[in-house]
This record gives sequence, structure tokens and C-alpha cells, in this order.
Amino acid sequence: MNDTLDPLTIAERWMDDGRMVALATVVETWGSAPRPVGSHLVIDGEGNFHGSVSGGCVEGAVIGEAMEVIGDGEPRMLEFGVADETAWRVGLSCGGRIRVYVERVG
Amino acid sequence: MDPYLLRKLNRERAARRAVIHLTDLGDGRDRVICEGDPVAGPLGAAVEGAFRSGKSGVAEVEDRKFFLNVHLPPARIVAIGAVHISQALAQMAKVAGFDITVVDPRTAFATEERFAGIDLVADWPEDVLKARPLDAYTALVAVTHDPKVDDFPLSQALSSGCFYVGALGSRKTHAKRVERLTALGHGEGEIARISAPIGLDIGAASPAEIAVSILADIIAHLRRRPLRGAAP
Repeated sequence: MNDTLDPLTIAERWMDDGRMVALATVVETWGSAPRPVGSHLVIDGEGNFHGSVSGGCVEGAVIGEAMEVIGDGEPRMLEFGVADETAWRVGLSCGGRIRVYVERVG
Repeated sequence: MDPYLLRKLNRERAARRAVIHLTDLGDGRDRVICEGDPVAGPLGAAVEGAFRSGKSGVAEVEDRKFFLNVHLPPARIVAIGAVHISQALAQMAKVAGFDITVVDPRTAFATEERFAGIDLVADWPEDVLKARPLDAYTALVAVTHDPKVDDFPLSQALSSGCFYVGALGSRKTHAKRVERLTALGHGEGEIARISAPIGLDIGAASPAEIAVSILADIIAHLRRRPLRGAAP
């Protein structure tokens, strides 16, 4: 395990630094999803982030939601699929669908 | 997520112990379950299944949805013998994503020049494995040809359930090795787990080619290993 790149280790370090921290986790995938179930993205109150839930496609939206979660402490379940005019604002170019759970640490 | 649980999760992962972070997707409550911890009821079966498969996922139990994030220790390789094969194996193992440690008490072999950037320990396996014990997520590769160096780690690898145990040597050398391991108290079935001659039979000739055959053999054992707890 590479400690310097591990999101859960980073989350603990940020928490120790007194930062507010949220954790986003891929909990379900359908079709060709870029990151496997269990992948993490850690976000702090300033919008700094580390890790990946989609290889770059939807991170922006997840980070935005994570800031909200840090604010109100309520966990959220997000879902992303292929971006088209009828469905999601941001989407996965690979054609898959993912569900991401976002929670505050603490 | 509770900060205490995050610390516990990281501590267990750092100690190479299998853990599951379990989240109730209904109310957001979570807990950390170590392998072997009793979990009652139908959820217990889901937890056990996740530890065995190593696959994270959502489980529906009695109309409640849980997310089980499984953290199994990453597979690593311990190579006994700082020989030419290990030089190639160490480079290839890193590319394939394995942590590798090379152990050899013979300081003429275990030199920084030959193993630049590799975790190399110039000490007896007896001492090294005391501080860094083998486990089920480790592959043990014994390539010194020297029973004084190879036998102890081979015996330890069988006892600690390493997912791969391989030893270099001809069939004749191996027959003698089997006798010695039997004398150490290992049964026939246990000893049969040793890949000997080491590596896949791909006609490898050079040290680098032998390293390829060993790494491929390790990957085959890792990806096709019987689920722990399942019938052999």
C-alpha cells in the first residue's frame, strides 16, 4: 500500500490537521465503469481533493456535493450515467452508470 | 463516518489485516469489522461472503441496504535469494503492482548495486520473518538452491498459508527437500502446495524468462485461489 497516495490515509491526515473532511465512495456500478466499487475520493472544506471515483468525469460534481455534506453533515447518494440531454448534467463518457455515497468524516 | 472508525480502519490495513467497512445506507451508521469478528444473523453471511470473495458491494438484508467495503491486504512477494532471477523478478513485480522484498544472508549477493531501489534485507530469513511474518496474502519464492537458507522460509510459508509457495531446483533436489520438510512435520498435502520446479512451464531459459514464469505462476495462484473457508 502506497501511503502517500491512499485516500483513507490522506483523510486521516487531513482530519488530524483540523480540516473538515468528506469521503465519497463508489458503492455500485453498472456497465463499463471507470473505477471499481469501493474506490474513494476524499475532499476537504476548501475543495481540495485526492483519489478518484470516476477517472475525472464526474469528480467536479462530487466535490460540489461533498462541500454541501461537510456543511450540513447529511450523507447523500449520487448517481451518474451517460451524459445526454435527457439525463445527467455531467456524465460518464464510457457509457456506464455509477452510484457514489458521500459522507462527512466526524 | 466516525473518525474513530477511520483510524481503526487505517490501523488494521497498515497491519495487513483484512477488514470490512460496513455502512447502513438507510441511516448512514457504520462500523468496522475485522476478519473473524462474529456478526450475527443474515448480515453475518453477507460479511463472511465478502471476506471470502474480497469483493465490495451492496447487500440487502431484511429490507435494509448495506454497503460492504472490503479491504484485503495487498498481495506481496518475499523472495529468498538475491540471485540473478530475483533481480529480474524484483523489477517485473513492481511493474505488475506487487510489493517485493528480497532476503539473502549472503552479503556478496545482497548488494545495493545489484538491487537498486528494491527492498533488500541482508539477513537470515529466521530473523527477517520474525519481524515481518508471512501471511495468506504473501507469495514466498525460494531461489537460493541452498537448504540452509531456503528450508526455514519454505516451512514458515506452508504453516502461514501463503497463497503461493515456490522453490527452485530440479526434481531430484525437490525430492530431498520433501524429505526434509516431512521431517519438520509437514504433511503430504501441505508439501504438494509447493510449486517445484518453480514457475509456469513455458520453457523459460534465461533468468529473466524464469522470472516471467514465476510472476505468471504467482498471478495465476492469486487470481484463482480457492476462497478461504470454501471446500478445497
